[in-house]
Amino acid sequence: MRFSISPEMATQEVQPNETLSNLKAESDTLKTKLEDERAKLHDVELHQVAEKVDGLGQFIMKTRRTLKGHGNKVLCMDWCKDKRRIVSSSQDGKVIVWDAFTTNKEHAVTMPCTWVMACAYAPSGCAVACGGLDNKCSVYPLSLDKNENLAAKKKSVAMHTNYLSACSFTNSDMQILTSSGDGTCALWDVESGQLLQSFHGHAADVLCLDLAPSETGNTFISGGCDKKANVWDMRSGQCIQSFETHESDINSVRYYPSGDAFASGSDDATCRLYDLRADREVAIYSKESIIFGASSVDFSLSGRLLFGGYNDYTINVWDVLKGTRVSILFGHENRVSALRVSPDGTAFCSGSWDHTLRVWA
Amino acid sequence: MTISTLTRGGAQREQQHCLRKMERVIIAMQDPDIGLKMRNQRLLITVIPHAMTGNDIMEWLIQKYNITDEEAGHLGGLLVQYGYIYPLKEPRSLILRSDDSPYRFQTPYFWTSSRWPASELDYAIYLAKKNIRKQGELVDYEKQNYNLLHKRINHTWDFVVMQAREQIRASKQRRKADRIVLECQEQAYWLVNKPCPGAFDVFDLGPERCNVLNSRVILNSSLLFFLLRISSVPNNSLSSHFLLSLSCVCSFMKFCDQYHQHDPIMSGCLPSNPWISDDTTHWTINTDLVGTPTRLRVERWSFSFMELLNDCLGRREFMTYLEKEFSGENLCFWEACEDLRHGESSKIILKVEEVYKTFLSPGAARWVNIDSKTMERTLEGIKQPHRFVMDDAQMHIYFLMKKDSYPRYLKSDLYKNMLSKAIVPQETKKSVFPFMRRQRHSSPSPAMVSQATEDNGKAKGAGPAATNSGTLS
Repeated sequence: MRFSISPEMATQEVQPNETLSNLKAESDTLKTKLEDERAKLHDVELHQVAEKVDGLGQFIMKTRRTLKGHGNKVLCMDWCKDKRRIVSSSQDGKVIVWDAFTTNKEHAVTMPCTWVMACAYAPSGCAVACGGLDNKCSVYPLSLDKNENLAAKKKSVAMHTNYLSACSFTNSDMQILTSSGDGTCALWDVESGQLLQSFHGHAADVLCLDLAPSETGNTFISGGCDKKANVWDMRSGQCIQSFETHESDINSVRYYPSGDAFASGSDDATCRLYDLRADREVAIYSKESIIFGASSVDFSLSGRLLFGGYNDYTINVWDVLKGTRVSILFGHENRVSALRVSPDGTAFCSGSWDHTLRVWA
Repeated sequence: MTISTLTRGGAQREQQHCLRKMERVIIAMQDPDIGLKMRNQRLLITVIPHAMTGNDIMEWLIQKYNITDEEAGHLGGLLVQYGYIYPLKEPRSLILRSDDSPYRFQTPYFWTSSRWPASELDYAIYLAKKNIRKQGELVDYEKQNYNLLHKRINHTWDFVVMQAREQIRASKQRRKADRIVLECQEQAYWLVNKPCPGAFDVFDLGPERCNVLNSRVILNSSLLFFLLRISSVPNNSLSSHFLLSLSCVCSFMKFCDQYHQHDPIMSGCLPSNPWISDDTTHWTINTDLVGTPTRLRVERWSFSFMELLNDCLGRREFMTYLEKEFSGENLCFWEACEDLRHGESSKIILKVEEVYKTFLSPGAARWVNIDSKTMERTLEGIKQPHRFVMDDAQMHIYFLMKKDSYPRYLKSDLYKNMLSKAIVPQETKKSVFPFMRRQRHSSPSPAMVSQATEDNGKAKGAGPAATNSGTLS
């Protein structure tokens, strides 16, 4: 039986004689106890069982498109459901919508702030959301009238007290989920800008989030500077699972296609796979020669491959089951800041501080 | 009261981890047993001790980490960029050459991690030294920096010049080789810490992270979280709640295997991958409401109920099937609930009323069969309508369809016919002239398609359809 915590309980005043260090000690003890319980279930490693799986043959992926047009570091990108359009945002405040297939730019917006760290395409393909150092998330409907200034129709939706690190539409154009440097995530109604639910629990900046592809569609994951990856119930605002095995900031989290697990990429130069049903980390993807942090991760359609964009300008491709690195892709001339596989899995796109985006297939 | 439970704030945090790791590599490279073989290098007429060639560095990296030339070159290049190794010839060019160009390890005193941020005073002294030693030694950006500093810390300029002169005098008393080494080290340090504008800057980092929050609040909620988890299961054991690792692990293998053929990156796609061949046929034959779907697509509907519902064509087929069985209202109800859950807040009350009228009220036109307990709870909830008021009922109907109608659909003639009619496109033979590039056609923007259908009075969000190729007018 589970009982719910109310947000008020978390902020209650504790007994005056309970010092901060006592609280921390108690928290640590419980954490160890939890880890011990989890360890009891640990009977086998993923890569051991995957020994009988066929290895992957020669792996060749090349840059098929290079999108040039940003005047500064590309910070974020997202695919449109039509499998070929992309929205990207950069340090100089520009948000560009491209038809990546033809490499044509279709729309451009200049945000009133720099460091636009988050951008997302609406499921209908008719709008984009973006935000960054302005602490807000704004939605721009995409107009096809060349004379119309997109900025005029801008709708301010989310308001945080620190930078916006990530945003994502839920199943429709009407709701947006955001994460922020203020340590919280929040769910917003786009039309009214109303806050529908807020999610507290991270001890520091939240850097990334991803929505679950599950049938009941009610959970999402977030990763932050407190090295934790949390699983949240969207309806109640509660944190239902938490994982803390990384040694540094978690820059990116992404669900495994079945929704039963998720991968994370961190500044500790590793990517890890966490199983939600077993409630533990089941794989680490790392190599001694990989020194720089992973900024962005995504799975191929079948979940067999994990693509990681790193701060050393490379993209490492991992065999999710066997835990080995399949390939390393060179091409970018500065750190890779964003990486997403296209909706139909035919390619993936990487955005980099070298001002370009590349589509690989 | 706020106590920082995290280490230093600011941009430095981001760098700490990779700098530490690079230092470990550097230390390993200098290990007397497993490290590089260093030797004396001749630089003009002086002999510099403890130097190695670019080639040595590459070889060592390749051997130690079992990586390719390209990767070793890349990694070595980063070690040079971050100032842990510096070139003796052409010191301003911070790249790793895989030939016999000489390199040296930077002394830990000058490591990026130990002396950041660089102080203005130190930089001024360094520039002054260079200027005094040899006129015209400073390059453009260094001259600019020098002038800027001269203005900014003018009040201590006498001290700067005095220090510079002292250091020059002290170094003259050293052996020539030592003097050259020290000069190289110092120069390398400043090239990394005060790079030429436009060149790579190791301190070019993102916005500041790690704003410390109220630890007490966080610890309280952490405590509650742990207490909850441990006490919410009988016998304080978590095993009954969470599956054993083996079954979880096997499910990953099963999933990857099932979707292997459907993963274009793993198995290719038919007739060809548009990004590789510039041919969009793969997309046109897979549009949302195409006349005849592909075989792979129809097969995918049998993987899970979610797959069927997520595909508009699949969902439409399923609706046809349900209507034949006179249970179409189930799917309609489910869709209406989804619309409620994900729609605008302002329309909630209206939608709840609609759903009640159409599906739940006694004698409703499309009455759905929910168990009495759920119905009771739902009707009670409707009195105070909110976004999730239909959740229980929706879940009930969803599982009803999943457990009952869906398996029967997969066995039905309707599905079987769909499967047999489905097309398997021919794989495009590689072009005889591989360099001939096809013309890349644009597709109508989803925003335009949606506007057009809206104008026609149809429902929005019909989905982008890249049917005709042609440029946007």
